Amino acid sequence: MTTDSRDLILARVRRALVDVPAEEGPADVPVPRDYLTTHSPADPVRTLAENLADYRAVVHHADPAGLPALIADRLAERGTRTLVVPPGLPPEWLSAVVGAPGDPGIAVRVDSATDSPSDLDAADSVLTGCALAVAETGTIVLDGGPDQGRRRITLVPDHHVCVIRAPEQVVDSLPQALPRLDPARPGTWISGPSATSDIELNRVEGVHGPRTLEVILVHI
Amino acid sequence: MNGGVYVGMPAFPEAAEAAVRDEVLRGNLRHATGTIRARRAAAVAELSDWAALRAAGAAIKERTLRHLDHYLLQVEERVTAAGGVVHWAADAAEANRIVTDLVRETGEREVVKVKSMATQEIGLNEALAEAGITAYETDLAELIVQLGDDRPSHILVPAIHRNRGEIREIFADRMATWGRPAPDGLTDEPAELAEAARLHLREKFLRARVAVSGANFVVAETGTLAVVESEGNGRMCLTLPETLISVVGIEKIVPTWRDLEVFLQLLPRSSTAERMNPYTSLWTGTTEGDGPRAFHLVLLDNGRSDTLADTVGRQALRCIRCSACLNVCPVYERTGGHAYGSVYPGPIGAILTPQLQGMEDELAASLPYASSLCGACYEVCPVAIDIPDVLVHLRERAANGGAVSRRGTPVRIRPARGHAAERAAMRAAAWAFDRPGALRAAQRLGAATRRLHPRRLPGPGRAWTASRDLPTFPEQSFRDWWTRNRDDRQP
Ligand code: SF4
Repeated sequence: MTTDSRDLILARVRRALVDVPAEEGPADVPVPRDYLTTHSPADPVRTLAENLADYRAVVHHADPAGLPALIADRLAERGTRTLVVPPGLPPEWLSAVVGAPGDPGIAVRVDSATDSPSDLDAADSVLTGCALAVAETGTIVLDGGPDQGRRRITLVPDHHVCVIRAPEQVVDSLPQALPRLDPARPGTWISGPSATSDIELNRVEGVHGPRTLEVILVHI
Repeated sequence: MNGGVYVGMPAFPEAAEAAVRDEVLRGNLRHATGTIRARRAAAVAELSDWAALRAAGAAIKERTLRHLDHYLLQVEERVTAAGGVVHWAADAAEANRIVTDLVRETGEREVVKVKSMATQEIGLNEALAEAGITAYETDLAELIVQLGDDRPSHILVPAIHRNRGEIREIFADRMATWGRPAPDGLTDEPAELAEAARLHLREKFLRARVAVSGANFVVAETGTLAVVESEGNGRMCLTLPETLISVVGIEKIVPTWRDLEVFLQLLPRSSTAERMNPYTSLWTGTTEGDGPRAFHLVLLDNGRSDTLADTVGRQALRCIRCSACLNVCPVYERTGGHAYGSVYPGPIGAILTPQLQGMEDELAASLPYASSLCGACYEVCPVAIDIPDVLVHLRERAANGGAVSRRGTPVRIRPARGHAAERAAMRAAAWAFDRPGALRAAQRLGAATRRLHPRRLPGPGRAWTASRDLPTFPEQSFRDWWTRNRDDRQP
């Protein structure tokens, strides 16, 4: 019975800790925090781009005016027929995709909670923003914000295009990233496309998540 | 299985086959661990403050362990407040019962699983199978192990003992039995093997309604769980099903959100030698409209509170399962993970399994001797567990007895009463280590007769091998490298 086990485990733990003085509180156990809060990349945006590329993300640069065309170009290059987007994606990002004369006819599906995993599986690409990005580790952090959507939409389609606003969304390091994130939101940290090290301990791209990750750094 | 020791080792193949097999095994291990060692060193060298991160990691875990009751209650409160349900499991049987009942309540007969040491430790898949529930492993290496009807041999890469050619064969032969068959003409290209796994598992992910996971970290102040992975199978399991059940050892807690900044730097570099692993998932209870609607956290003791009671051995609970100690261990490299006969192999297994399981078990009691005390494991451990120190402590306890905690009750291990087999095992090991000549002779003989070697050692060695099959002798004997290794340490 679980309630009994709760008391049992807590009692066991307390008995196991008889050596800990009764007056000692958790904060009395010293934790030295003299590690660096940043390894001070000279140009964090550039470091981010390099580290993303090192783990086989495809990195592009754009200014705000050129972003819609670049997005349309990436989708055309990929041959995308169905694109999933989160409900809060800035509409202008799609301005060159939807409604342009001679548009190749990409169906844009705005994700909704009623879409099944199979619906997502039928989509070719997904386009999102992000919460922030960490330069030192080459990491994109998603937190379910309006321009990112449900966690699954950046997982099931095989091609993920992610837009990062530079420099405002780029931090140097993990110690700079965590205070900016809300623990209550579901977090997905992405460092390169899906990969495995399970075959002879070498990193091989491509298992279950998107096998192609394209990152667009918008320099604002 | 009970507390991490495999009961009833699978029968050894014929001696000749075993010898061939082991040559492949050693080759696979040498190749894989050699590669990862060099890459890990490079990944660590990138951070000038590695020593400070390591000290912080050790201290954070120390704080958690010294006040574990406080943090457990905090986890319970925060997870519950965030919409999760917390269950407490004193031992493996109770954890299995809880999970089985939870799955039954959903009406489902299958679950998808993210690789988890805790569920391996409790033998969850077997327990579910008895209840008519099929558990599909989704981590590539776990899939290889499951399809190959094999046992894991490494914490991080359970199929490290398999090379790409063997993996290809397992996929081609076995995938059809479990679901979608391997593509025709599958080669041993890693990318093709990964693609085969993608296709095979996708249908399972898309229809799965229940998932079982472990967790790398549980943040007490926020009730957040973290799963660190590479392939995306974790994300599939954590976000697509309607019900998520996470089985987590009580030592996985870190006090604060901020503490993740330490561990998410230490873990990827120590384990896969990456700046960051491809995917990390963080979730706090349930989220409206995104991911599972029901979340259950099963807090598992199963020997952890007993381990906590040993002020020397306690530090084993800091372990973040990075597997760096396995990859540097000269004994592991030669014997492979299966020789340890426990869910946790390598140096960490040698100190954790005997404590979780209790040293009454002969095999568990012999594990602290599966080491040359060279200290490489301590050097690489990102949370500075002094593994050699704990090994010596456990050896002493096995040999001389002493006070320990068993299921929360203080007991005395009395070497004079009722532990003859155990003491014989210790004596055998002591005998061999104290008599270099005898060991050398035995191993030379072993090496010379590799294909004919006996499965039981004669003389005092018999007790040590009585509970397990004798590992095949390496061409270069244990004694030779051990001597060289010791010489290296002596200036
Ligand atoms: S004992 Fe240390 S090195 Fe070994 S797996 Fe655990 S954390 Fe990693």
